[in-house]
Amino acid sequence: MQNDESNPTDTTQLNSHVLAIRDLIKTFDQPGGGKLTVLDIESLTIDAGEQLALIGESGGGKTTLLHIIAGLLTPTSGSIRVGNIETTKLSEQGRDRLRAASIGYVFQTFNLLPAFSAIENVQLGMAFGNRPVDITRARDLLGKVGLADRANYRPRQLSVGQQQRVAIARALAGRPKLLLADEPTANVDPASADSVLDLIINSCRDEKIALMMVTHSMPVTERFARVDRLEDLNRVLQSTP
Amino acid sequence: MWLLRIAWRNFCYRSLSSLLTTVSLALGVALVVMVLAIFGIVTEAFSRNAQVGYNLVVGPKGSALQLTLNSVYYLSRPIENLPYTEYMEYFPAAERAEMVRRFGGDPALGERDGIYASYVAGGFAIPLALGDYLSEFRVVGTTPDFFEKLRHGPTLEEKFSFSEGRALKTHSDEYGYFEAVLGSRVARQMNLSVGDTFQNNHGDPEGKGHGQGFTVVGIMDPTGTPNDRAAFVNLEGFYLLEGHSKPVPDDVINEPATDPIQDASGKLPLTIPEREVTSILVRTGMPMLGVVLETQVNESVRAQAAAPVGEIARLMEAIVGPMLTALLVITLITCVVAAVGVLVAIYNSMNDRRRDIAVMRALGARRETVTGVILMESMLIASIGAIAGWFLAHVAIWFFSGEIEDRTGVQVGILTTSSYEGWVFPLVAILALLAGLLPALSAYRTDVGTNLSA
Repeated sequence: MQNDESNPTDTTQLNSHVLAIRDLIKTFDQPGGGKLTVLDIESLTIDAGEQLALIGESGGGKTTLLHIIAGLLTPTSGSIRVGNIETTKLSEQGRDRLRAASIGYVFQTFNLLPAFSAIENVQLGMAFGNRPVDITRARDLLGKVGLADRANYRPRQLSVGQQQRVAIARALAGRPKLLLADEPTANVDPASADSVLDLIINSCRDEKIALMMVTHSMPVTERFARVDRLEDLNRVLQSTP
Repeated sequence: MWLLRIAWRNFCYRSLSSLLTTVSLALGVALVVMVLAIFGIVTEAFSRNAQVGYNLVVGPKGSALQLTLNSVYYLSRPIENLPYTEYMEYFPAAERAEMVRRFGGDPALGERDGIYASYVAGGFAIPLALGDYLSEFRVVGTTPDFFEKLRHGPTLEEKFSFSEGRALKTHSDEYGYFEAVLGSRVARQMNLSVGDTFQNNHGDPEGKGHGQGFTVVGIMDPTGTPNDRAAFVNLEGFYLLEGHSKPVPDDVINEPATDPIQDASGKLPLTIPEREVTSILVRTGMPMLGVVLETQVNESVRAQAAAPVGEIARLMEAIVGPMLTALLVITLITCVVAAVGVLVAIYNSMNDRRRDIAVMRALGARRETVTGVILMESMLIASIGAIAGWFLAHVAIWFFSGEIEDRTGVQVGILTTSSYEGWVFPLVAILALLAGLLPALSAYRTDVGTNLSA
């Protein structure tokens, strides 16, 4: 029986692991036939409030792993628990609800919606969950990322660093338990990269949000107490010559 | 609420495309609303004009529709004429004898009741003589009874009123038999007022003018009926015009009048055998007698009777209705084409917005939510287009309301709606939903992973 009826926002039964992955395998159908396995992870856990930097080569499956954790992709086999919820047993709608309620996502390319102002983009982070959209929180978050005076600016009117800060505010807006950040500093200039990184790390610490950041950058990893290499986790990469 | 907000933002973000799509839909809706309004106006004009205060029109044998058109609407050409004695059949002996005394003719005509007199007791029979024109307008020869006995308006209780002057008199000291009363539109368009004179053209608008003129003694208030576009002249004067006298065969008894009223110019009214009428407007004493009278007249040798209401209903059913329906279908197709425009506009924008959809999905939006956003955007375009189109149509109708009232008598205001208009909005909503379905399906199927990484 599926676990669709579980309330994704119910945190009363959360154990210390915000994320627990076990025996995760992801394979894709290949165009010419056959299967391609891209992920084979025996175990990966993140505790509440813990901050993890995940490094790895390009094409190693980092983004795929984030998509699976976020419920945007389903694993071929294995178990993924976010809090006390086994996401592999959720329907697509259940995963959508879980994502809206418990998972924040910061993209490498910001992915702000161009038709919306900065404040509206932040509000969108709350628009699809069960909680009402809180304009005050959206303003507070914009203030926290230093863009209170840019609330009504459209993304194209903001610098790339500012856009990423809006994206961070959006990811935090829904009060997630887990923030997934996919190379959030890759597309911003070095000066902005530091402030973006500070913002993510500090915000997650302040709001007790577990953070899993995928990155290429070694200087970025120096800011994390825990750094995992995907090559160490993913048995597919270990078997590749 | 947020779905609507997202849809509205998308609408505004692609403002040019959205605007053009909305305008094309608005024009489609405006066309449909205008056609529906025309449908309503035409229907009302026909039905109100068919309710003219009499239940039968009697004329020579021929097309009942043509008789109705030329006698009620003053359209089409008269079929032929009836002898005046046919008109006299609607009167009792005393009145017939009085006619013989005033006009002259066979004294025997006044010795019996008219065949149909009993049906008309308590009602009326009013003669019309057609065939002349005042410019493009029909000249109608009739008697003062036309203004005395006919009623108009929604309840058929209003007497004809005059913005200027008075009704016709059988004979006046001032103008003799040559008086005229003009419908409101005739007076305005011909720029005639009381005291002015005009000459009829014989046979058609371009025909030869009669030498004798008529003096305008009254201008009618607008009635919203075909009477607004007719020039009414005294029947006696009409008869006295050149060429309007019927030759009398030698074997017909035609004794001179014993009690004639001579005109100032010395002219005497035509005798009964010299007279003809084009048609007779009849109201029976009791409405139910109309059917009996109609049957009896139609069984006679010379005349036919037609019920204007029935004829107009048949005309609407046979010609006007199908034409309007065809027009409506064409405009509905225009609406469908506009809806296809909505589909194309949204569908073409889907390539640009797949990333947006993927982002919304990543933020927790369900497939149904992003599908709903697209459908709502389509509905937004439809709603704005439908409301704008509706207003556009009604502003246009209001702009031409004066002209419409002049021509049809139907009063239309900016918020005058036809009962059919209620269907426009649901119809547009359904079209918009259908138009939004394909792009919405595309949104539903948008692959999040691929588009987030793109």
